[in-house]
Amino acid sequence: MTNAPTFPRLFASLGDGQSFQAHVERYGHRPQLDGRTKSTEAFIALLEAAQLTGRGGGVVAAAAKLRFLRSARKTHVVINAMEGEPASSKATALLEVAPHLIFDGASLLAEALGSTSVTLAIASDDHRSAEFAEAALANRHDPIAISVVRPPGRYVAGEESALVNWIDRGVSLPTFRATKPSFVTIGRQAALVHNLETLAHIGHIGRFGADWFRQVGAVNAPGTVLITVSGAVARPSTVEWINGGTLGALLDSLGGSPSNFQGALLGGYGGTFVGAASREIALDEWSLRSAGATLGPGIVVALPMNSCPLMETSRIVTWMARESAGQCGPCVYGLPTLSTDLHDFVTNRRSKTSLHRIEGRLREIEGRGACRHPDGVVRLVRSAMKAFSSHVDGHVAQGPCRELHAPSVLTWPKEISR
Amino acid sequence: MKRLIVDPIRCDAYGYCAELAPELISFDSWGYPIIQPQVPRGLEGMAKEMVAVCPRRALILRDD
Repeated sequence: MTNAPTFPRLFASLGDGQSFQAHVERYGHRPQLDGRTKSTEAFIALLEAAQLTGRGGGVVAAAAKLRFLRSARKTHVVINAMEGEPASSKATALLEVAPHLIFDGASLLAEALGSTSVTLAIASDDHRSAEFAEAALANRHDPIAISVVRPPGRYVAGEESALVNWIDRGVSLPTFRATKPSFVTIGRQAALVHNLETLAHIGHIGRFGADWFRQVGAVNAPGTVLITVSGAVARPSTVEWINGGTLGALLDSLGGSPSNFQGALLGGYGGTFVGAASREIALDEWSLRSAGATLGPGIVVALPMNSCPLMETSRIVTWMARESAGQCGPCVYGLPTLSTDLHDFVTNRRSKTSLHRIEGRLREIEGRGACRHPDGVVRLVRSAMKAFSSHVDGHVAQGPCRELHAPSVLTWPKEISR
Repeated sequence: MKRLIVDPIRCDAYGYCAELAPELISFDSWGYPIIQPQVPRGLEGMAKEMVAVCPRRALILRDD
């Protein structure tokens, strides 16, 4: 059977394990690019027709990323499997269930671009993902061998420029480009960095085409997306979701309940909070854009009634401040100050004045880092203030809420090494 | 129009730039420069001087 799956797609091969043979029996061999398709232009057209956008958080059209690289003489394809977001377990899940789709996608892309290098990046402390990847790679014989690298398991290590910097020079720090847009390079090759899920979709699109890809999902955001759901649900897990289904439906499918929901964090720790009325929000990047939100690399954390959304925000800001790469002043000094101010506001009875001070901090920090790490924190705090504005008013009027000391529903790395 | 950019990684808050041209640069709470990126024509000479005086070479003047 080599039929195109209807749904699930990426998770259709659940149970096949790392076997390349099972993968080929299910989907057939990776398509050979012929004279008609073996060019960057043809591949751009294919991805354009599929309307595929990147699944790493930037929501960049996959076709646009390729188009940008047109003028590069040599390219290096990087598979980004850095699970920097504590609340995501997508990389491990996908490498466990459908590793060969990822590698097919990377290998197709490399061939279309004429690349000679393909690199898979997995965080040094992510042993499970690495085991799955190595087992799958041992079964394959790609024309361009896929080499595995293990950058540090820090939050910013998976940021595109930091990842490329690490592969290029062994330095896991974001870089600053005064002249944007320009390529990030590895040696003399322009780097094309894709999230592993994006490449898995390309593995499917290369086989079954753009029309097949668009058969499910939202009109302006077709296909499926992997989302790691945690918090107020009975069965936290990484699921494959058809773009456009509502947040409420997603939570209900995992044993969530409308009566135990006061909002959700979308997109990870540099993402956006949405409030209690958000269960009707359609989860796809097109619809979320109008709500000023994004799924990021595919993360939803549902907040139960027994939690203080401001305390949870404060915990994230404190963690994100420690995860700064430590390069830019406004991030190095701004985030700890913001963290202190916010924690003080949440845990004490404070007036509106201290809120204004926090807003001033946000304005000072925004847009002033080399990477978007501080901007993510700014977005997170602003969205929390907006989504939970009546809760904020409650803190101002009556001091800390009763839920202040409720256990956190957030996920943290098992050991924080630094 | 020239555009003034600060490389936030290089910048170490020496502050020479803001002393030289308070019209173009102010400080944040931590002593790091907040720049007005568009350089008015009359201040281009001063912007060039700022670029030269930065001990970290963190300022970039670009044609836009």
